[in-house]
Amino acid sequence: MAKMNFKLPGIIKGLSVTFRTMMQPTVTVQYPHEKEEVAPRTRGVIALKEENCTACMLCSRSCPDWCIYIEGHKTKAPPRREGGKERSVNILDRFDIDYGLCMYCGICVEVCPFDALFWSPEFEYSEFRIANLLHDKDKLGEWMETVPEVEPLESGAVQPKAKK
Amino acid sequence: MSSLIFAVDIGWGATTAIKTAIVLAIIPAGALILGYVFLLKMMSHMQSRLGPMDSGGFHGWFQLVGDGMKFLQKEDIMPEAADKRVFAMAPIVVLMSTFAVYVVIPVGPELYVRNLDVGIFYALAVSSLSVIGVLMAGWASSSKFALLGALRAAAQLIAYELPLLLAVVGVVMQAGTASMNGIVQAQVDGEIFGFGGIGLPFILTQFVGFALFMVASQAELTQPPFDMPVAESELVGGHMVEYTGFRFLFFFMGEFGTAFAFAAIAATLFLGGWTLPGLDMDAEYMKVVGPIVLFTKVMLIAFLMFWARFTYPRFREDQLQKLAWKFLIPLSVVNILVTGAFMVWV
Repeated sequence: MAKMNFKLPGIIKGLSVTFRTMMQPTVTVQYPHEKEEVAPRTRGVIALKEENCTACMLCSRSCPDWCIYIEGHKTKAPPRREGGKERSVNILDRFDIDYGLCMYCGICVEVCPFDALFWSPEFEYSEFRIANLLHDKDKLGEWMETVPEVEPLESGAVQPKAKK
Repeated sequence: MSSLIFAVDIGWGATTAIKTAIVLAIIPAGALILGYVFLLKMMSHMQSRLGPMDSGGFHGWFQLVGDGMKFLQKEDIMPEAADKRVFAMAPIVVLMSTFAVYVVIPVGPELYVRNLDVGIFYALAVSSLSVIGVLMAGWASSSKFALLGALRAAAQLIAYELPLLLAVVGVVMQAGTASMNGIVQAQVDGEIFGFGGIGLPFILTQFVGFALFMVASQAELTQPPFDMPVAESELVGGHMVEYTGFRFLFFFMGEFGTAFAFAAIAATLFLGGWTLPGLDMDAEYMKVVGPIVLFTKVMLIAFLMFWARFTYPRFREDQLQKLAWKFLIPLSVVNILVTGAFMVWV
């Protein structure tokens, strides 16, 4: 609102508002012809970083829509140290997210203790068949390339504690 | 070139046929132009959006034509309890009143259908015929929403008919004639304190009358902020609620056609009609330039109308009546008195 020293009658002010809006460029983006620049934290699609996933099932259990399907099996891995005991690890066999069901609440991303799930701002993955909205772990892994870098914290923000 | 076209001597019947065809073409054309330029594009930009962009290729210019075709394809639904004949006639009555207004509007030195001595009063009289069509539509629809809307429309159109007419009286007094051609002539011949360079567009002396005319015509057109009769949030469309297809299209065309007609009347009464200062009124080229000048002025007036339409929220029914009876009518009477006083003593 421009600074006004005298008080315009509201009836004139209203006209000036619509006229000024008319003169400004519109906010509409002609989507199929030009692409909107989305915010970096847009909830577009969920990406999976497979090597971080331990198949702990926390995301699957916390999903309100039950749209995450995880299958895994335990196996023995070689010991970390020489002469140590064999370790037991979880191998991820299947990790599917059904975007036909997903409501983009982001609870799975929040709840993941191993930083295996990320939000990506990509949103162009509509399909002609609803079955194709089920993204398997390879496809979810491809989305990782589109995940933006973590933005630096604002100056003066409390620094997160380094994990031991 | 133009003189050749207009110099051809054709009989009365052919002339009337041509004039009728032109008037018949003007209403849909005017409605389309106003609807596209203002309703689709200007309103969109006032709301910071683009409006239709794809149909027709260039900025969606074909959108309204497409909409019209859609209406023609729709099923013709008539309520079972409706008064069938009246229901079918109502849109035609509304559109007829719009057609009849164009009869007296001069668009060039020799381009008018009829130069009536009572031109302006004829125009206002036939334009208020539309209220009969609206009442017919509301009553015949056998729907309470339609009936309420029609009654509101009747009350509103009668209330605003008065300031509209009284606003025009000042112009008629100054021009000394009620003929539209005479009013145009009077504005060309007029002088401002002895200076005749730009004639005397009556907006300079009748600016109160102009404001009154604009407000009252806005109400006559039942456009926002005076759209109580169609108030879609409470009456779901007023008298048009039961109409579909081409009958609804008639109402739509009537609304915008009348807006075009009222803009043309305002341009003729207050802005000098098809003449422009600096152009020779009697020259041959005015037969071509005149309509263009008038069209430009019509668009200017229509811009003001639609600007107000897209800015203000709807009046409450009692506020709407109060504005007409307690403010506009007294003001227009005072305007007449002041005009008379100036004509006698100044």
